[in-house]
Amino acid sequence: MRKPTLIYTEKILQEMAKEQNSIIEVKGLAKSFDNTTAVNGISFSIQPGELFGFLGPNGAGKTTTINILTGLARPDKGNFHIAGIDCTKNVQSAQHLIGVVPDESNLYPELTGFDNLCFCGALYGLTKQERRNKARELLDTFGLSEAANRKFAGYSKGMKRKLTIAAGIIHNPKILFLDEPTTGLDVASARQVRQLIADLHQAGTTIFLTTHYIEEAERLCERIAFIVSGRIVKIDSVEHLLQPLQKKQVMQITCVKDTRFIRSKLPETFPEMSFIFSKNNIIRVEADKPIFAGAIVRFLEEQGIDVAEARRLKPSLEDVFVQITGIESDALKKEKEKQGIGGKS
Amino acid sequence: MKAWIAFWNILLKDMRSYYLKPPNISWGLLFPLVWITMFFIRSGLGMESLPELLPGLVALSILFGTTSVLSVTVTFEKKGRSFERLLLAPISLEVLMLAKTSGAILFGIINAFVPIFVAMLLTDLSAVNWAILVPATILIAISSTFLGLFIAVSVKEVFEAQTFSNFFRFPMIFLCGLFFPIQQLPIWLRPLSYMLPLTYGADALHTSINQTSHIPLLLNFSLLTLFCAALFVLSLHNIRKKWIV
Repeated sequence: MRKPTLIYTEKILQEMAKEQNSIIEVKGLAKSFDNTTAVNGISFSIQPGELFGFLGPNGAGKTTTINILTGLARPDKGNFHIAGIDCTKNVQSAQHLIGVVPDESNLYPELTGFDNLCFCGALYGLTKQERRNKARELLDTFGLSEAANRKFAGYSKGMKRKLTIAAGIIHNPKILFLDEPTTGLDVASARQVRQLIADLHQAGTTIFLTTHYIEEAERLCERIAFIVSGRIVKIDSVEHLLQPLQKKQVMQITCVKDTRFIRSKLPETFPEMSFIFSKNNIIRVEADKPIFAGAIVRFLEEQGIDVAEARRLKPSLEDVFVQITGIESDALKKEKEKQGIGGKS
Repeated sequence: MKAWIAFWNILLKDMRSYYLKPPNISWGLLFPLVWITMFFIRSGLGMESLPELLPGLVALSILFGTTSVLSVTVTFEKKGRSFERLLLAPISLEVLMLAKTSGAILFGIINAFVPIFVAMLLTDLSAVNWAILVPATILIAISSTFLGLFIAVSVKEVFEAQTFSNFFRFPMIFLCGLFFPIQQLPIWLRPLSYMLPLTYGADALHTSINQTSHIPLLLNFSLLTLFCAALFVLSLHNIRKKWIV
């Protein structure tokens, strides 16, 4: 019964690739829980093979969006198509095309790594030989071969995350939903996971990635949607998002003394520049014209403040995010700290 | 074929992970055996009276064998989010829940035949009508399992599942005519008995083992089937309403 559907969807995917149609098309999706609006009329489309990022703080509506698109939640309003199939009321007809890696590892603690992968393969109808071969291959790829016969409950956090990703791709999904894949991982594991995502993307898998790590989104994604309080506030390619800031000059000056008493003097002396004073005596200088560090450093030293370092910064996606959403990047960083190291590597 | 592979593997995993484990064996077999031994010693009757207690023992073994694990494991998997994995699989909710419950049904049926086998060694069971006993056992196993499922999808926490299932199970020991006829119950309690599926299952077992009953056999089977269908449909409705929000 399932086979004709598979042939049909393969055909659709091939047609899509030719015509550059969207593999995911979302229109006016909305979802509320009690009196809280989780997702508020969002619309977007994703092309086949694209790595699409969904960036926003905790509670922005990222996981709810994934839950709706994968069949774990029902939308209150709007509609969505996956591979041309209208999945608004029932995602089941497209579920064989989808792989999901949730924000928390949810495999079976009593099963071994190998058995978990085989079981997940069986859920998608892989034959015994197919799932055993694929499980071994994935364990090898993810560097978990030695832990294959250990129970999942005994895995470290990084190993659990990697096995959860492996379980999400055991059936070779055309579309992979990754919900905060590196949250809570140590630097080395986060780097490995990011490399795996890049490899999957390289292999042609369409990836929908939610994250609150701005650097991760910037590094991996082709297009990014900023979601805040259930609304998409901006959606564009990373290149286009960064373009308006390319002309902007940014410099970071690290001082060795408290800079509080010169907070008003600096803008008075250099009116063409703007100054942001942050913790640890760091001053961020922004201007539309080139910034000459020498003049500022001299001024600071005249005021009795020694400068430890002055360096030019390249405008980043973090600057774009702050500019568009008004959410200070510190708010996102606090979330990182709460949830582990993850992000930077 | 793909749905069948998923079905079979869910069943196998549950059997290995949950059903063939010591706590389940103790609840499903030891608990009813202790109960019946207590009744047997208290009655002071001989081995020839064993068939009179057998329907109660069989029904109890099925009830505890099916409900002890299912209601807890489904709640546990839901809480640990591994149940989401099953909901994400490309199989219908009907197939998925049938796979999740098949282990409990099978275990309940196996449980039922343990006391029957022991009784065969101790007394003469030549008068047993197997053509009634086997379908009655299967229907009791299915209805008890679906009752366990209904309990599992009605609660959020594992401890709630345990409390809620005991809330149903223990009164059923006395209300469903397992060890004494419903007619001996106070008249105001009897309507409650007729609202419980085990009443009809136990009556069918009495028919098959002792040829004594107070409800027509066809009505017993029909009502048991109706209970099975209603509990399954209600459970699926609750899953769709509460778990896929």
